[in-house]
Amino acid sequence: MLRDQDRIFTNIYGFADGGLAGARQRGDWDDTSSLIARGRTVIVDEVRKSGLRGRGGAGFVTGLKWSFMPKEVGARPHYLVVNADEGEPGTCKDREILRHEPHKLIEGSLIAAVAMGAHACYVYIRGEFYREAEALQRAIDEAYDAGLIGRNAAGSGWDFDMYIHRGAGAYICGEETALLESIEGKKGQPRLKPPFPANVGLWGCPTTVNNVETIAVVPTILRRGGDWFAGLGRPKNTGTKLFNISGHVNQPCTVEEEMGIPLKDLIERHAGGVRGGWNNLLAVIPGGASVPLIPKSVCETVRMDFDSLQQAKSGLGTAGLMVMDKSTDIVKAIARLSKFYKHESCGQCTPCREGSGWMWRMMERLTVGRASFEEIDLLEQVTRQVEGHTICAFGDAAAWPIQGLLRHFRPELEQRVRDYQNARSRAAA
Amino acid sequence: MSPAGDGMGAAEAPFSFSEANVERAKAVIAKYPDGRQQSAVMALLDLAQRQNGGWLSQPALEYVAEFLGMPTIRVAEVATFYTMYNRTPIGRHHVQVCTNLSCWLRGSDEIAAVCRETLGIDFGQTSADGAFTLSEVECLCACVNAPIVQIDDDFYEDLTAESMRTILDALRAGQTPKPGSQIGRTSSEPMGGLTTLTGGDGDGGEARPTGES
Repeated sequence: MLRDQDRIFTNIYGFADGGLAGARQRGDWDDTSSLIARGRTVIVDEVRKSGLRGRGGAGFVTGLKWSFMPKEVGARPHYLVVNADEGEPGTCKDREILRHEPHKLIEGSLIAAVAMGAHACYVYIRGEFYREAEALQRAIDEAYDAGLIGRNAAGSGWDFDMYIHRGAGAYICGEETALLESIEGKKGQPRLKPPFPANVGLWGCPTTVNNVETIAVVPTILRRGGDWFAGLGRPKNTGTKLFNISGHVNQPCTVEEEMGIPLKDLIERHAGGVRGGWNNLLAVIPGGASVPLIPKSVCETVRMDFDSLQQAKSGLGTAGLMVMDKSTDIVKAIARLSKFYKHESCGQCTPCREGSGWMWRMMERLTVGRASFEEIDLLEQVTRQVEGHTICAFGDAAAWPIQGLLRHFRPELEQRVRDYQNARSRAAA
Repeated sequence: MSPAGDGMGAAEAPFSFSEANVERAKAVIAKYPDGRQQSAVMALLDLAQRQNGGWLSQPALEYVAEFLGMPTIRVAEVATFYTMYNRTPIGRHHVQVCTNLSCWLRGSDEIAAVCRETLGIDFGQTSADGAFTLSEVECLCACVNAPIVQIDDDFYEDLTAESMRTILDALRAGQTPKPGSQIGRTSSEPMGGLTTLTGGDGDGGEARPTGES
């Protein structure tokens, strides 16, 4: 178990002052200018050495992503964009950083901006997080007043401005290129890649988009060293991570733990265990709605990191765990997610726009068994035709929860079809 | 999912920003580089909606378009793409029930039923007195505090049927119920007692004495 002195977010629950005075007591903004003075290359190398992988879901190596930015700033300015469009069902980690640890995000943004040659940062916060945007704005104002950002930020010689851009209720804007479209004042529809944002991003300028949690851990990594971070967790899955445990547990909570913690430990130590005991567990969606569920048998031993969960044919995603006990109608649960994807599809690519509706309607029928056995295979086929055939990963995200259901609960689906047919023939007789 | 109010019959009153909102709008535009004022469209639509009683009329769209030098159709695209812009009139309080998975697992069906019954309206409807609009929304991302309802700008968390009823009654009586957890949590800490950060002062300076490392 992670020791408290290795936790980065020591005010994640907001028990202490989230403002500048409190943040300084926790070590934020401590001699930031000397961190910046190390220079762009050293900062990127240190983050690379830490093994930090993006905390927004995809898990791309952060130091590597930063190194894609052009080495020299040309005629086009560079931008840092922070993705605070938290919207993945089951996920509520960035919210806690925004309202309780905003200075970690601001300091991290300044350092990241230096590391990519950017003088401006836009934080895209989902529109529903009105109070969280207020909290971050208060912290930004404090940081300006204290000279920590703005001209000659924190005495570093680097000019740095930070702005909030509020969203207005579109899950797809969490996709980085849709997010950029949205900042440009358009519908949030993803762009084709390439060109990648590091070359052509916000207003056609070199841009890097990072998740809130990714940026917020950077100052601590620089202070304590990439080796410290890399020494936590497991190879290629290093460091600490915020986990959200929701659903059928006795004590739903957010907690910072070591990467690679066994899923069972996470639930039993921090979330008070599964409602009705471990043996009452049915399945867990381990990383937000977009990753396939895993049944209890897999939950017994699987570890909470990118590679372990991928091996289990699921994913770490955002590390938002949705725990379901044996009282759960698992078909209805996945059908609810299908409804979500149908609602949130941006409509740009046909396989996703049409397929998400097909999948939802078939899932709705399957909840009551009103389908033929062949249609279960047909549903699988539809998911395969959506997956990988769209501009962005939303199509995959819509397909995977259903594939997980078919992989692990096919007998349940067949039973419902059988029951429905039997009931119909009884009624006819 | 957008509230299906009676938009057709509503008077399309002329719209322009208040003086305070003109200043706010200028401050928003200043956040973006010169010539990129289109980036301010989302914030300006939000300002317009708040000034206009919670919804965006056609004159409001046209005003924002003119303010930013954008074609009205580009503004309309934005206003119809994002769910938080209401294109039809709306109640004074917008009660938005999350029914996504984490909330559903913890009883959002019951919360939704209480809202329907107490307010006498279904999802997508506005009460006859114009006090409430009820909506079903997708994940609000406060999942460890499920079930959750957003009312106007605030989240009400860790709800039960009883606390939901109390909140709605208080709103109807003109009071402002306290947002956040309704079972006494500060935020997302485990209710049964802390399992981490047990130093007490939030600085994480002391390790919890445990048998393992």
